[in-house]
Amino acid sequence: MTTQTANPERPKPALWSILALLRRDKFALIAAVFLSITLLAALIAPPLLGGTGIDMDLMARNAPPFELERGFWHILGSDSLGRPILARILIAAQTTLLIAAAAVALSMVVGVTLGLIAGYRGGLVGDVIMRLTDIVMSFPSLLLALVVLYIFGPAISNVILVLAITRVPVYLRTTRAEVMEIRNRMFVIAAEVTGASVFRTVFRHILPMVAPTIATLMTIEFAFVMLAEASLSFLGLGVQAPEFTWGVMVAEGRAYLATAWWLSFWPGVFIALVTMSLNLLSNWLRIATDPVQRWRLEKEVASDE
Amino acid sequence: MSETLLEVSNLSVEFRSSRGITKAVQNVSWSVARGETLAILGESGSGKSVSANAVMGLIDSPPGHITSGTAMYRGRDLLKLSRSQRRDINGKSISMIFQDPLAHLNPVYPIGWQIEEVLRIHGASASEARSRAIELLEHVKLPNARERLRDYPHQFSGGQRQRIMIAMAVALRPDLLIADEPTTALDVTVQARILELMKDLQRESGMGMVLITHDLGVVAQIADRVVVMKDGKIVETGPVTEVFKDPSHPYTRQLLDAVPGQEPFRHVEQKREVLVEGKKLVKEYILSSNPFKRNAATVTRALDEVSFKLHAGETLGIVGESGSGKTTLARTLLRLTEPTSGEIAYKGGNVFSLKGGDLRDFRRKLQVVFQDPTASLNPRMSIFEIVSEPWAIHPGVLPREKWRAEVEDLLVQVGLRAEHADRYPHQFSGGQRQRIAIARALALRPEIILCDEAVSALDVSVQAQVIALLKDLQKKHGLAFIFIAHDLPLVRDFADRVMVMCKGKLVEEGTTEEIFSNPQDPYTVELIAASPHHDPDAHARYGTA
Repeated sequence: MTTQTANPERPKPALWSILALLRRDKFALIAAVFLSITLLAALIAPPLLGGTGIDMDLMARNAPPFELERGFWHILGSDSLGRPILARILIAAQTTLLIAAAAVALSMVVGVTLGLIAGYRGGLVGDVIMRLTDIVMSFPSLLLALVVLYIFGPAISNVILVLAITRVPVYLRTTRAEVMEIRNRMFVIAAEVTGASVFRTVFRHILPMVAPTIATLMTIEFAFVMLAEASLSFLGLGVQAPEFTWGVMVAEGRAYLATAWWLSFWPGVFIALVTMSLNLLSNWLRIATDPVQRWRLEKEVASDE
Repeated sequence: MSETLLEVSNLSVEFRSSRGITKAVQNVSWSVARGETLAILGESGSGKSVSANAVMGLIDSPPGHITSGTAMYRGRDLLKLSRSQRRDINGKSISMIFQDPLAHLNPVYPIGWQIEEVLRIHGASASEARSRAIELLEHVKLPNARERLRDYPHQFSGGQRQRIMIAMAVALRPDLLIADEPTTALDVTVQARILELMKDLQRESGMGMVLITHDLGVVAQIADRVVVMKDGKIVETGPVTEVFKDPSHPYTRQLLDAVPGQEPFRHVEQKREVLVEGKKLVKEYILSSNPFKRNAATVTRALDEVSFKLHAGETLGIVGESGSGKTTLARTLLRLTEPTSGEIAYKGGNVFSLKGGDLRDFRRKLQVVFQDPTASLNPRMSIFEIVSEPWAIHPGVLPREKWRAEVEDLLVQVGLRAEHADRYPHQFSGGQRQRIAIARALALRPEIILCDEAVSALDVSVQAQVIALLKDLQKKHGLAFIFIAHDLPLVRDFADRVMVMCKGKLVEEGTTEEIFSNPQDPYTVELIAASPHHDPDAHARYGTA
């Protein structure tokens, strides 16, 4: 607990000051720009490039990357049916991000809610929640997915649901562990003694302390979900043709790994880049929202001036 | 005076970080002779530990840099040793004990093994090490030393752990023992015994001792000479008796004046209405996990038929050491735990049957200030949000548009500034944080404020300021205080009446004057005798505890 000598009055964190904080962290800024571009692609690529992406050109089967003679869209090479990989990556961004974001958000909401209940209330309710989690965790998730998707049919909404259910325990257990520690902290007890309602204690005092951990967890889960969706699709139970995702593209390229590595490589690169960007951004978010750490970003503001 | 063991001269250490350079100590010089005890006295942030850490090679570099100075020990400069040379000296010739023995003992090894390890590293055989370990533990007066060799650190009490640490420190018969706040975490009666032990060991072995502490009483009790530090500089140095009787520096004077327990007893005003009354409170904890096996051995009584009364506008001091049940009493009063039997009446009604609006009303009237202000303020909320939260919890007390002005007013009342409202807890010192906690407690205009060791974690001079603030607020708002502390002198200045607790029982109760000038119960007598007095002559008079 260092005593602070210089305490510049800080403005309220409004939108512009958030952007200023983002500008201080170069990596987070690049990550934010990359994610914005990907998001933009997800929105406009399918209507714009829909034709290009499914144009088969058997002359260009497995054409190598970095050759411009077949046109710009073939710069990252072509797949086994001669379709341009770059165009397909941009088109697939929509379905990929939609499935991953929805599954991550759904499992997070369910997991954190149950985790808060299990951690704060404890008792019988907490035990029941934990045992149910154990069951979900001990059941092979792929098997569960197979059963559900076989019964309900492989629609995108079902894929999201299955992925969400299998990932709930991760959030639940993390949240519960943190809540159990935080609810015994002095400031939580101080609030309870003042007469704070359970709602207030949980949402004002406990949840903000758990949030940074959850945010980091979500970025890691994002990548996991993208790959899990790919394996489901590979088994024919995930996304169905003509829809395709980055995961599907990686899976399709598997057969050609020895002869045409670029089929799997480029979509893989995008999965990695998106995950990494989210990770950098969540790291920045954690620092920017923590009053104790925020100076790390602000310090540079002062030195710039 | 015999030969000088260690001589530190012109030592300066600074810590460099991206936020600038902090000069931890500047041009500090001190020396310690064989058989002598030197105390380095200072409050937090004074740099009192830094010079000793530099001598032991414990300064992390970076960020720490020793910019000047020497520490001569047997003709060698300790500040310029290589790692292997240092291993020859640390432990063998100079050893160190720390404040928190639990953190410095390895939890996964038995204590016997850990003491033997010290001996084996420096070349003793296994059987030699074993017998010497037993000898050492007996020497530091650990009961049943032989049987307890195989016990793990968590199986010992705080005082016993500190004895084990001392045994490890003196295992190799060092010339010099450096003790960094060795008794700060301990109860006063335990502290008295540990200090006595250290004194005995010194008398036998003739080693020099450097004692780093913030406690003037401890200095008066065992040190020969004292070095007073403030903001990284030595302000005064000399024999303890001289410095304490006739301080030459205003800071030393200020420290001595701030020591609690010097003011006349408070005049007890005539009784007013009873606000809160505890009737035969019992709280039992069941130790056995088997619910069908309940017998006397598996039930422990944290509160044993404790009764008390709190009148409007008075201060009730509750004193007890760890395990006395004072924290359980506070938790019961706050309705954080239910008592096994007995009741607490608030203005005639039982607190434990309050519901809904009545309970909220009770919560409004009883506010609390906890021991550790760092832990009791949410680190992610601004001071404005923290102080205004009680109004958000109790709607209708104050309309939202008045919050800002009222928060600023409260901050000024507790001695802070209005513009502090936009800052966050980590930007304040410990004393300031406690003021924020007090401002929060005042927000609802309560009748009673419960202070659970509210000033125990603060420096002496800050303690005095916070207590002065509490007294002032009491006068202004007619507040009643329940003031829980482990330290008797602290209660002496502030309380109208005192309750002394021991092992869950109320052993003595009376006005502050009665308790201090004519204690009846032997435990109270021991407690008063054990609290170190800052007047060195007092120890000569009573003997050390």
